[in-house]
Amino acid sequence: MAEVLDLELKSLPLDGWHRARGGRMVPFAGYSMPVQYEGIIAEHRWTRTHAGLFDVSHMGQLMIRGEGAGAALETLLPGDITGLQPGRIRYSLLLNESGGIVDDLMVTNVSPDGGGEEYYVVVNGATKQGDIAFIESRLPAGIALEHLTDRALLALQGPDAAAVIGSLFPGVPDETVFMQGTSRDWNGATIGFGRSGYTGEDGFELSIPFSHVEALADALLADERVRPIGLGARDSLRLEAGLPLYGHDLDEQTTPVMADLLFAVNKRRRAEGGFAGAERILAELEQGAVSKRVGFTVEGRQPVREGARILDEEGNEIGRVTSGGFSPSLEAPIGMGYVAATLGQPGTAITLEQRGKLFSAAVAPMPFVPHRYHRKGKSQ
Amino acid sequence: MSLHFTREHEWIRVEGDTATVGITDHAQGQLGDIVFAEAPEAGKQLTKGGEAAVVESVKAASDVYAPASGEVTEANPAIADDPSIINSDPEGEGWFFKLRLSDPSELDGLMDEAAYRDWVATL
Repeated sequence: MAEVLDLELKSLPLDGWHRARGGRMVPFAGYSMPVQYEGIIAEHRWTRTHAGLFDVSHMGQLMIRGEGAGAALETLLPGDITGLQPGRIRYSLLLNESGGIVDDLMVTNVSPDGGGEEYYVVVNGATKQGDIAFIESRLPAGIALEHLTDRALLALQGPDAAAVIGSLFPGVPDETVFMQGTSRDWNGATIGFGRSGYTGEDGFELSIPFSHVEALADALLADERVRPIGLGARDSLRLEAGLPLYGHDLDEQTTPVMADLLFAVNKRRRAEGGFAGAERILAELEQGAVSKRVGFTVEGRQPVREGARILDEEGNEIGRVTSGGFSPSLEAPIGMGYVAATLGQPGTAITLEQRGKLFSAAVAPMPFVPHRYHRKGKSQ
Repeated sequence: MSLHFTREHEWIRVEGDTATVGITDHAQGQLGDIVFAEAPEAGKQLTKGGEAAVVESVKAASDVYAPASGEVTEANPAIADDPSIINSDPEGEGWFFKLRLSDPSELDGLMDEAAYRDWVATL
């Protein structure tokens, strides 16, 4: 069976590029993707101290266009989309009718100067086909969804990312702060830049046609501050940053309130409602959800991973670990999972059970490693 | 002295009736950065093919199986303090535990070094 499935794996446009640089390829989200090059811990630390280059071309890049596109998106997402200024990016959640999370995504207002509404949306790789069908079936006539199947997505993340981008694309770092985008023409192609990412570091996501991605990856890697980074370090970086991973920490049974993503439910939208699942989500905002996503630290050195049971002091199961691993920055095991909301306070002692072995742990504030986004008014 | 290898990528070096057990260079390479290792305590009885130790990389947990039956005489304290020595010296300083063999004839079915390296090259 495994061999049959392997044959169905799709290749990323940089497949040969990754292999030539020692990338160890594994199946992920239907693609063959690099899990590591020199080693997860070294790549993780390089990203935290310099700049890591990630290939995230498996993710879905969509354009949603038409008069009223913002309002149409607001029926599916709890964020303020119509109030999003051109060039601004927002993290949001695609919700089903009962308020469950179908996917998490990034929306950028890319409306042209002359008028017309256009939004660029990046969704998760494993969920993109489902997301497209879900969104298309709910968009009113006149609003079009285009799946950009010929564009790759790279992410450059880390404290040197802005300087590297600035040396290749003068002005881009000065034009943007965290959650802002811009674009440049480069060798006949348009590169879209979003000052965002999923590592907790300052950085950029770069959308570029397949035809130009190898040249762009080479140009970035030519800077000695840049190294290629695999999926393994991407996961440990986002876990340290306290960021949830769809399909693990978020799913259709999870609401934004349970997931502790209240910031994604905009103030105006809370007052007005009008998004999928609003009734349940607004009630949970009012009364609290029964369970809540929390972070935790574990005593000792052994990682406690996804699926481990979370127990209270009496040994009752109060939740499950949804992401768990070893933090290279803290040199300690960390994780996140869902617990009864009453036990969600930082410092609360919990016990984890993995393969019959018990671990002492404590609910911890997230992020585990402080975010270093480049925000407005902050010096670099 | 004799050195044997299992298909689960453990090595066992036998000197008299005592043996030292660890994981191979190929195994550490597949696991990647090792962040935790737990060897069995002295006195524990192991059965050939049974779970003996745990090794965890950043990515995943993996079991280490007993290449032969016997009583654990010593666990390597160094791998608990610094699991990365399993990456840097898997077939030397990164050994897991020592074993007093109860049935040395169990070693007959294991690969010798040349056979193991040849087999790994095909993986």
